Amino acid sequence: MAALNGVEARSVLEVLESNARLAPAEIAGMLGLEAGEVERLIREMEEKRVIIKYHTLVNWEKFGDEKVSALIEVRVAPQREVGFDAVAERIYRYPEVKTVRLMSGAYDLVVLVEGTSLKEVALFVATKLSALEDVLSTTTHFVLKSYKHEGVILEDGETDRRLVVTP
Amino acid sequence: MSGRDYRDYVNPVVRNMPPSGIRRFFDLASEMSGVISLGVGEPDFVTPWHVRESCIWALEKGYTMYTSNQGLLELRTEIAGHLEGRYGLRYDPKKEILVTVGSSEALDLALRALVVPGDEVVIPEPCYVSYGPATLFSGGVPVYVGTGVTDGFQVTASRVEKVLTPRSKVLLLCYPNNPTGAVMEKKNLWELAELAAAKDLIVISDEIYDSLVYGVSHLPLAGLPGLRDRTVLINGLSKAYAMTGWRLGYAAGNAAFIEAMTKIHQYTMLCAPITAQMAAIEALRNGTGSVARMVREYDRRRRLVVRSFNEMGLYCFEPKGAFYAFPDVSSTGLSGAEFAERLLVEEKVAVVPGGAFGPSGEGFVRCAYAASLEDLAEALKRIARFVGRLRRPAAPVGLGALGQA
Repeated sequence: MAALNGVEARSVLEVLESNARLAPAEIAGMLGLEAGEVERLIREMEEKRVIIKYHTLVNWEKFGDEKVSALIEVRVAPQREVGFDAVAERIYRYPEVKTVRLMSGAYDLVVLVEGTSLKEVALFVATKLSALEDVLSTTTHFVLKSYKHEGVILEDGETDRRLVVTP
Repeated sequence: MSGRDYRDYVNPVVRNMPPSGIRRFFDLASEMSGVISLGVGEPDFVTPWHVRESCIWALEKGYTMYTSNQGLLELRTEIAGHLEGRYGLRYDPKKEILVTVGSSEALDLALRALVVPGDEVVIPEPCYVSYGPATLFSGGVPVYVGTGVTDGFQVTASRVEKVLTPRSKVLLLCYPNNPTGAVMEKKNLWELAELAAAKDLIVISDEIYDSLVYGVSHLPLAGLPGLRDRTVLINGLSKAYAMTGWRLGYAAGNAAFIEAMTKIHQYTMLCAPITAQMAAIEALRNGTGSVARMVREYDRRRRLVVRSFNEMGLYCFEPKGAFYAFPDVSSTGLSGAEFAERLLVEEKVAVVPGGAFGPSGEGFVRCAYAASLEDLAEALKRIARFVGRLRRPAAPVGLGALGQA
């Protein structure tokens, strides 16, 4: 039996991370495992939340939707006992907030907020984020263009230019 | 109009050389659209960015001149370090390594430097399409040794021995093999090494696929007892580092052979392009991670392809190297050429008939799995559908097309 922390599990994760739609039988074929074993590994990793979610990377702009996102640097007064966690939680509970990370350096939290207009995002920062008791200051940077996301180049000009048949 | 046929002026050796068996197939495939090609003998990856970036940097800095004939010493030193680190082979970068325009040039130089007209060059087949013609252009006589699926397409000393004559001079090997993906087992290699020494054969060993092996380690011919100085090791950056279009290869061997090859190279080619040489330094120095990533990816595709062919009932022995699978299609009742042509026309999947690589490849097709997983999965689905139709010729067309293996 392949162990959860073994080479097989790692390979299953790598394959799934690049294409979550592959069936266990296909993954098994690629890795030289049995389909049942792959299914079991995936189930166990889902239960342990090693696999958290199957995600689709969408280029909404191409679909025609207007999206505005902003990266907000947040300086926070940490609280006794809980440090930054409590205020981070108050921030990440908002559905407008896509990402929250604690950072080293000149500010504490970096928050990625998404909305449908500049005004909406600005308003969220002004009325919700800045208004939080332990937030000392915010600096908002609006995203002008995304080039690469989660390791994927969004508009890649590198198509297959090889000849059809070569020796 | 003079009415002259200028073909009469062409050297008969060249004039009478048949065009590559792949050529006709290439013409057919290039006229069609929507073709998924498993007929390509090169990686589907582009050259790793750090390598491309280093070349751009070199251009910006003005590296646009000739290099020494043998290639940049810095590159030769990297190559020597690479061969020693990987295989424990020691070559003096000043005298025993030559940088060439692709491994193809290295092969041509080795043959021209060693072969006296009439000398016989023993070549296991199926093999890369240029070995025979390159031998003939050098004035040599190619003598083919068939290999088969029962030996895992490995050449054996006993088979080589049968074709040896007093004119046999060179043994030309390519393992991991194009087109079969075969690698040599140690025992077979040792026997070959003994034979080469006993019969005073020079070995030209094209090891361009040495980095692409799966679950086994590659053993360079030059690492076998008694073969180091008897062997011209040929390699290049094309396959391992996805650098086919850069045209950068090299040869390593004893100083006398390398000096002779350098002489031809200096008068005919001058040097390999400096841009490619600069990129190669970066690839050899920092490319191990990129190669490992590509090998891991090829291995997954390899398993998928081999398993799929076997499930379709097309026996495919397990290729342990390169990026080719070589399934036996004779059970369909078609020749390799018919199979490939009908598959292309009916399902728009390009594979190369095994017969293009020599008579022992007849009844097989070469499938390069250097293609994206999506393309591979779709191509395999189409091949399965095609094979299913061949096996059930009486089934109604509509149903036959739906049946998937």
